[in-house]
Amino acid sequence: MTVMEQRDAYRPTPPPAWQPRTDPAPLLPDARPYRVLGTEAAAKADSELLRRLYAQLVRGRRYNAQATALTKQGRLAVYPSSTGQEACQVAAALVLEERDWLFPSYRDTLAAVARGVDPVQALTLLRGDWHTGYDPYAHRVAPLCTPLATQLPHAVGLAHAARLKGDDVVALAMVGDGGTSEGDFHEAMNFAAVWQAPVVFLVQNNGFAISVPLAKQTAAPSLAHKAVGYGMPGRLVDGNDAAAVHEVLADAVAHARAGGGPTLVEAVTYRIDAHTNADDATRYRADGEVEAWRDHDPILLLERELTGRGLLDEDGIQAAREDAETLAADLRARMNQDPALDPMDLFAHVYAQPTTQLLEQETQLQAELDAEAAGPEGAVR
Amino acid sequence: MTTVALKPATMAQALTRALRDAMAADPSVHVMGEDVGTLGGVFRVTDGLAKEFGDDRCTDTPLAEAGILGAAVGMAMYGLRPVVEMQFDAFAYPAFEQLISHVSRMRNRTRGAMPLPITIRVPYGGGIGGVEHHSDSSEAYYMATPGLHVVTPATVADAYGLLRAAISSDDPVVFLEPKRLYWSKDSWNPDEPDAVEPIGRAVVRRPGRSATLITYGPSVPVCLEAAEAARAEGWDLEVVDLRSLVPFDDETVTASVRRTGRAVVVHESTGFGGPGGEIAARVTERCFHYLEAPVLRVAGFDIPYPPPMLERHHLPGVDRILDAVGRLQWEAES
Ligand SMILES: Cc1ncc(C[n+]2csc(CCOP(=O)(O)OP(=O)(O)O)c2C)c(N)n1
Repeated sequence: MTVMEQRDAYRPTPPPAWQPRTDPAPLLPDARPYRVLGTEAAAKADSELLRRLYAQLVRGRRYNAQATALTKQGRLAVYPSSTGQEACQVAAALVLEERDWLFPSYRDTLAAVARGVDPVQALTLLRGDWHTGYDPYAHRVAPLCTPLATQLPHAVGLAHAARLKGDDVVALAMVGDGGTSEGDFHEAMNFAAVWQAPVVFLVQNNGFAISVPLAKQTAAPSLAHKAVGYGMPGRLVDGNDAAAVHEVLADAVAHARAGGGPTLVEAVTYRIDAHTNADDATRYRADGEVEAWRDHDPILLLERELTGRGLLDEDGIQAAREDAETLAADLRARMNQDPALDPMDLFAHVYAQPTTQLLEQETQLQAELDAEAAGPEGAVR
Repeated sequence: MTTVALKPATMAQALTRALRDAMAADPSVHVMGEDVGTLGGVFRVTDGLAKEFGDDRCTDTPLAEAGILGAAVGMAMYGLRPVVEMQFDAFAYPAFEQLISHVSRMRNRTRGAMPLPITIRVPYGGGIGGVEHHSDSSEAYYMATPGLHVVTPATVADAYGLLRAAISSDDPVVFLEPKRLYWSKDSWNPDEPDAVEPIGRAVVRRPGRSATLITYGPSVPVCLEAAEAARAEGWDLEVVDLRSLVPFDDETVTASVRRTGRAVVVHESTGFGGPGGEIAARVTERCFHYLEAPVLRVAGFDIPYPPPMLERHHLPGVDRILDAVGRLQWEAES
């Protein structure tokens, strides 16, 4: 054989162990964010659900405003507002059954509140009171998580454990666009897909990680595209369209509950306020950008839909606002009381049984407190 | 009375037995990690568990330490008792974020509502000729993190007893397995494993009067050997095996040092910022008026773990321990 004949005779074949695994096509996200409000799909939406979403959006907006105001009064150390992102927050909470679990990040106070966590207890972390003010088991809401993306593997583990126990529980885990760059995001996605764990990952792509825009965070076509590499479906949704977010999440939850495994949902939204009250957003973004998003406000979108279809009138809007006002007034009143903290609690929950070292330190602190209570005269030196 | 037939067993076998007994006793115990299933772990500590209890209870996970420990957190939240294996000491570092930010403090941040009964098995330490990243002594990092228990066995019986205790603990336990003792044999009764050791108690392995060697894990046999050799010098050394670094058994250690008046802390980990500094300080605080000499440390050098061909120069051996004991005597005389 000539060299050329040899070359032609050699037909590259796949290596013996190679097999196609998953057809990527069904996993790929839609090219444009899925929308319901203002489209024909809206006609199919459950009007009762739309009303509930609306009421929660209005409450959520008011809650964000009140919490931000509380930072100005020194009642909250810091507040990462989710103004503009309420549709994601509310849909995440409403889509879950009681037995399901929510794994929020530090920005997702509102999702916790919409799921039933006491509005004051949801703020203890940000107030400087205890790290987690609520019992995570009471509403199946994991502690608000400040290290980015680290709650995602927890959601996977919990969902996996539930499935091993035969419970049809789904975990929904929330993360920001910046958080998707963390290693824990990758590890969680991969574990979930390999274990076919009943988890839904909700990325709130609000455009920024503090000051860093998405373009500097990732080179992926969309964050939803990241799912394909793990072998799970990725879905792209308009994060300001509460009906669309709810529908996409509901599909993903149903898919997970039926044993279909995890889904990654990217909700495209926008952070209207600064990262937190302590951040100066004018350093990294132009005002015009914010204005464009105000026209695509989640409350406006839903209000337009509901009024257009005769499902909401002036009285309804007024009622929703009053309900939100009540929530805000209650929050204000309760947050303006000084929290009662017991310093001896410092040692109470480090271990199931305190170590001898902690018992010694407890005695020391008690003596210091006694001396403090006795005042300068009582202090024996 | 039945006479118990003692058989030689290795520490690895005792650990396997402990895992098996724990899994049999409690269906919520789940073992997971890299290669722990079909292979039985690179040290074979999980050998046979997948076969006996199924893949769901002894699970080969993806290769991701943060993912393994992070998933264990979620599993523990839902009522399971995960026992995770970190394949080697230096490969546990990717999981430190989960360990420190969540595992160690979940009970605390939820004010007791969410305890995490997770056991983290970490083969650690040198002396096996391992290539880079296979010989670290990482105990100081764990000790510095409130909320974790840190234990390390030195005998076959303790390997069993302490691992059972770790798995039944309602708090997270970092269980450090001295790699070079995996194949050490002791007389042990595998048909009737020993009582479960409570976590937090040190034990006097060898009583003595001249000085106390305070040590743990892989350095225990070295200290016992040193104590034997010291007899030729006329020194009668007491050897205290800590077994638990957190909680720390101040009582046993203090009682010993008060008896002997002299102490040397021995471990493989680096001396600077290592466990010995903490131990020496505690002993000094509690025994100052009983001490005939400063508390000394015999530790690994303050270097990244050396290549295997040089590790014997790094690891504290009998001579270095005896030198330190000699300095104690000298300082006492001057
Ligand atoms: C592991 C970790 N690194 C850094 C930080 C500091 N930090 C807090 S929020 C944030 C940006 C997060 O952005 P993104 O994930 O997009 O969430 P968003 O705040 O926009 O909701 C950073 C860097 C952190 N919390 N955790």
